[in-house]
Amino acid sequence: MIGLRLTLAGRDRSEPDWYPACRQRPNAFAFAFLILIGSVCLVSANPVTIGSKKFTESYVLGEIARRALNDAGVAAEHRQGMGGTIILWQALQGGQIDAYPEYTGTITQEILKNGQQLSFQEIRDALAKLGVGMTEPLGFNNTYALVMRRSQAQRLGIRSIGDLRNHPEIKIGLTHEFLDREDGWRPLRERYGLPQQSVIGIDHALGYAALANGSIDVKDAYSTDAKIEQNDLVVLEDNLQFFPKYEAVFLFRSATSPDAINALHRLEGTLDETRMTHLNMEAERTKNYTSAANLYFQDDGKSASFAGESFPHKLARWTLRHLELAGFSLLLSVIIGIPLGIVASRGGLIGQAILGFASVVQTVPALALLALLVPIPFFGISVRTAIAALFLYGLLPIVRNTASGLQDIPRSLRESAIALGLSPFTRLWEIYLPMASRSILSGIKTSAVINVGTATLAALIGAGGLGEPILSGLNLNDHVTILEGAIPAALLALLVQWFFDLLDRVLIPKGLRI
Amino acid sequence: MAMSALVKLIDVNKHYADATALQAINLSVELGKTTVLIGPSGCGKSTLLRLIIGLIQPDSGSVEFNGEPVTFETIGKLRRRIGYVIQEGGLFPHLTARANVLLMARHIGKSEDDMQNRLAELCELTRFSGGLLSRYPVELSGGQRQRVGLMRALMLSPELLLLDEPLGALDPLVRAALQKDLKEIFTRLQQTVLFVTHDLAEAAYFGDEIVLMNEGRVVQQGSVVDLRENPVDSFVSEFINAQRGVTLT
Repeated sequence: MIGLRLTLAGRDRSEPDWYPACRQRPNAFAFAFLILIGSVCLVSANPVTIGSKKFTESYVLGEIARRALNDAGVAAEHRQGMGGTIILWQALQGGQIDAYPEYTGTITQEILKNGQQLSFQEIRDALAKLGVGMTEPLGFNNTYALVMRRSQAQRLGIRSIGDLRNHPEIKIGLTHEFLDREDGWRPLRERYGLPQQSVIGIDHALGYAALANGSIDVKDAYSTDAKIEQNDLVVLEDNLQFFPKYEAVFLFRSATSPDAINALHRLEGTLDETRMTHLNMEAERTKNYTSAANLYFQDDGKSASFAGESFPHKLARWTLRHLELAGFSLLLSVIIGIPLGIVASRGGLIGQAILGFASVVQTVPALALLALLVPIPFFGISVRTAIAALFLYGLLPIVRNTASGLQDIPRSLRESAIALGLSPFTRLWEIYLPMASRSILSGIKTSAVINVGTATLAALIGAGGLGEPILSGLNLNDHVTILEGAIPAALLALLVQWFFDLLDRVLIPKGLRI
Repeated sequence: MAMSALVKLIDVNKHYADATALQAINLSVELGKTTVLIGPSGCGKSTLLRLIIGLIQPDSGSVEFNGEPVTFETIGKLRRRIGYVIQEGGLFPHLTARANVLLMARHIGKSEDDMQNRLAELCELTRFSGGLLSRYPVELSGGQRQRVGLMRALMLSPELLLLDEPLGALDPLVRAALQKDLKEIFTRLQQTVLFVTHDLAEAAYFGDEIVLMNEGRVVQQGSVVDLRENPVDSFVSEFINAQRGVTLT
């Protein structure tokens, strides 16, 4: 796995060599810690938090709710595109968010896991037992639908889902959520007796591109999806009435402030399907959810106060959060990683276990690591989870470089330090660590660059950062928006690299640099 | 004789997993004298030095310093009374010459005045230019590094000075100059010295007492004349003869 010398020089030394402990005058390392600590501070306020799922309509509804709450004098923030149903529901129950837009069909099938159709009141009663309230329908039914290219549908004479039975060669691409849903692909195929065996899972936004270029012929969509019109697609008729009703509502924690709940109730019955489709189209055309949401209030005859956040402001917000994620996790990696590296440098079973653990963590894909952390109660959908995952990722380079830097110190110098009569702590702090500083710092630099890159994934669990525009760009299939996040992230990685090159000059003792 | 021994090794044995390093060693280092350990590579002479400074422990037998047994508990304090110099000086590359010399004195909290006075003394003693004290080891020549290593070992005025082939890596001219200076220093300080070398000429030059070792044992002990005139076995005469042309003029 790693070609490390695990036997330690001076194995005859009968005295324990180094122990991190007690006081000493501060030196360059302590200074570096202070810089890092100082550069990271977590902002914490307590506004009402609105969540949204990772698709346009949910983003727009989330923005509408945020604006409605703000207009009602309630401080609110919107965490965009946090993921799928389960993630949002867990976040709501865990209190990481206070409200989010949901659909009645999804509530019955996915959250309450009830096989039958429930009446509106039955749903509300069941949710109340879980400490969750629900508004009346917002006014539109966004049910699932299967869509295909209009030209192909006409050529093959396909008008309903049932017609697909006669065309087994049709290629189907579905979102992962639809593939797995209780009311998704499997029961649909059974009900209609569809012959298509090979179905691929594909991201919702990318699926439209795949549909356009002919990679797939049929995909799942929402009936108010703006892309249906834009891409000249047709909705296949659900002739067996398989899909349940998907009335849009807001779910909120019962503990949310009454002012906030009242503001959500005022949205009931104000959005019909035409209007929602129009807002969705606006969002996709302008690439700006806030301005689309503002249209809702404009049409309502209220004043449109602002047309969304300006780009520099957004960029500053993303970058700051990005640095916060990468910086705080790096700080943790340094604080935990260097002591672990010191222990690992002494070899033996514990040393191998530490290096083994750090290496194994590195092999888990970042996305999987996030997914593994989310169900753990302390973490959930939060910045904490993102920082924890990044911290684990940053560990290996620091642990490994600390260990190898210490092991590379020649035995003769090690023994000179012991023979002089220096205490174990002084040997470590004043002799061994400074001598290994180049290796340790290059490990920290590697971790920092990795963290800045990996932190873009934090947006997947709603932790923000420069991954946010990348993710919404992916959702909108809009390259400019993707680049708005990707370019600053790459520049940031370069800056971090330079910063640490500079830090080398300050922290590596002069005698090791000439 | 036994009354003036500073260090005594009594029936010391040391084994490594693959070989015997030291076998039944009995040895005295006399106060105020220079004792030279000599022998071929791997004969155990460096191991013996490392044992006295407590870098390794004997499997059996004991080591006494000033009549007190050297143990795990006492070695920490004892090290301040022993100076240890290795090949190339063993200087820490991230510290200046000055910081290397003062390292231990600072650690035990000596006053700044005392340290500066002692440093000036040592520079004079070892003929090291004070202007070079702010240089790092890489900026010094081999001979200069060795002088700094010696200053560091002498900083706390140790009762015993251990030198492990201190001149081994130096070119002949520098080596000759340093040999002369070292001899002067030892005489001036009336220093008790245990000196390891594999060079018979060096041994003859320094040694009041020469201890010839082979394969972990002391083969013969005495003056260089003793070794030459009355070799105890064929190894001794072979060792002497191998270096004769160079050593004895």
